[in-house]
Amino acid sequence: MNKTAILVENLSKQFGHFKAVDQISFEVAQGEIFGFLGANGAGKTTAMKMLCGLSMPTSGKATVAGFDVYTENESIKKSIGYMSQKFSLYEDLTVKENIKFYAGIYGISPKQIIQKTESLLRQLSLEKEANVLVGQLPLGWKQKLAFSVAIFHDPQIVFLDEPTGGVDPITRREFWNLIYEAAEKGITVFVTTHYMDEAEYCNRVSIMVDGKIEALDTPSNLKSNFNAASMDEVFIQLARKAKRSE
Amino acid sequence: MEKLSSKPAGVIIEGVSKSYTVNKSKLVAVNNISFEVPAGTLFGLIGPDGAGKTTLFRMLTTLLLPDAGNIWVDGLNAVADYKALRKKIGYMPGKFSLYTDLTIQENIHFFASLFETSFEENYDLIKEIYEQIAPFKDRRAGQLSGGMKQKLALCCALIHRPSILFLDEPTTGVDAVSRKEFWEILQKLKTEGITILVSTPYMDEASLCDRVALIQDGKIMQIDTPQHIVDHFDKPLYAVKSPKMLPLLKMLEKDAAVLDIYPFGEVHHMVLKSKDSKVNLPEDATMQVIKPNIEDLFIYLMRNHE
Repeated sequence: MNKTAILVENLSKQFGHFKAVDQISFEVAQGEIFGFLGANGAGKTTAMKMLCGLSMPTSGKATVAGFDVYTENESIKKSIGYMSQKFSLYEDLTVKENIKFYAGIYGISPKQIIQKTESLLRQLSLEKEANVLVGQLPLGWKQKLAFSVAIFHDPQIVFLDEPTGGVDPITRREFWNLIYEAAEKGITVFVTTHYMDEAEYCNRVSIMVDGKIEALDTPSNLKSNFNAASMDEVFIQLARKAKRSE
Repeated sequence: MEKLSSKPAGVIIEGVSKSYTVNKSKLVAVNNISFEVPAGTLFGLIGPDGAGKTTLFRMLTTLLLPDAGNIWVDGLNAVADYKALRKKIGYMPGKFSLYTDLTIQENIHFFASLFETSFEENYDLIKEIYEQIAPFKDRRAGQLSGGMKQKLALCCALIHRPSILFLDEPTTGVDAVSRKEFWEILQKLKTEGITILVSTPYMDEASLCDRVALIQDGKIMQIDTPQHIVDHFDKPLYAVKSPKMLPLLKMLEKDAAVLDIYPFGEVHHMVLKSKDSKVNLPEDATMQVIKPNIEDLFIYLMRNHE
């Protein structure tokens, strides 16, 4: 049996009378690619913030990389990587400076940073762009670099918040190759996306509606349970039920 | 001087280019683009971030001067007649650009007054969209959710009853259900006689347009109806599947008969070099002929442009 990377039991977050996250429970195994889907406003971001140790839950239990979200959030931050479409790298730092900066934050030794930077640049074929400002790179390259930087410190888990939004179809697939490679190395991948074809690339998928997890299974089981031809149909059947408008 | 108003309605773009200088190097954002959008159609500009969509939109909406070429929108020249043109177009930029410290109602009234009209005068046009945000009409725009901001921005872009509506990536970051609803709104606006030019990075939205242009690296790769566009795909295309998808992909990537293979949802799409090409499939794998979609064609064109 695989080790558990994320364990969530009846986790809730309430803002005033508003239940942003309403008693969600799930378990993610080490090395699993877990798709965390939901309509805008379903509560995904709030849930993700709690799991990253950035927001205190109102009630329920959660451990991430074996650490408690209430008492050990600093240890959680050291064990995870995070990347989103909105915020990833510093545009006014070069490729190399970004790597050095993030690696430094995670406490990697200067010697190791130099070694790993070289192999990373080679792997991404970015050797020539090492001293180019990140703001000048095409979006697709930026996103691939951002992902590599997010897992530079070999975290146990990486959280990806809509990592491929707006990226061209070829780069989007290259990005998923990086995700597969990370998962093969044993890194757990927790990912949100609005591209329903990408939901198919996950080992398991959960779908949130109005703060609750309404479905959780492998993509093929979800499709047969909902009698749907595609994940798009499954998603629409569930999300149409949503009562709250964001 | 040529009589500019003799051009037909709709949008005409002739040899338009625009480049920027970034840190002393020249970046060509739009590279000699020409196409027409017939009046009354719903036209999609499909391409990823950085393809040049926003630069083109800003030139069409008179906010940026082209380096070369000519643009006519609703019969008016976008450079010479920019003041007259601004009254006739509606523009919803990709980035939320309304006043965050004004309420929903204040924003709409403000934009109506700028165009010397009133909320009441054109209410029938925005009624269906406005009704969805009306319960929050006294809420400040900055406090609205993404979906509501989008609907408010659309109301403000429509309040002066433009003849042409420009929507720059209205569905980026929007979930699948809200995206569907938004496209239903666009179909209704089209029946009001409004010409709509919409850009999107979502390939699957192409099929909802009357005509689409596929744009990449500042150039138009293809323009046609969504159906005709996929007809340009003239290579045999298959869906392949096996219990072990990743090893299957790696194996077929090396097969001499395979021109291209890439994941596509629960299957891989495989393009063969020719109909007679023999591909070596593992025993547990199945393959099936499929019809290409816009994304297949986009990938095919991108690979051939490289």
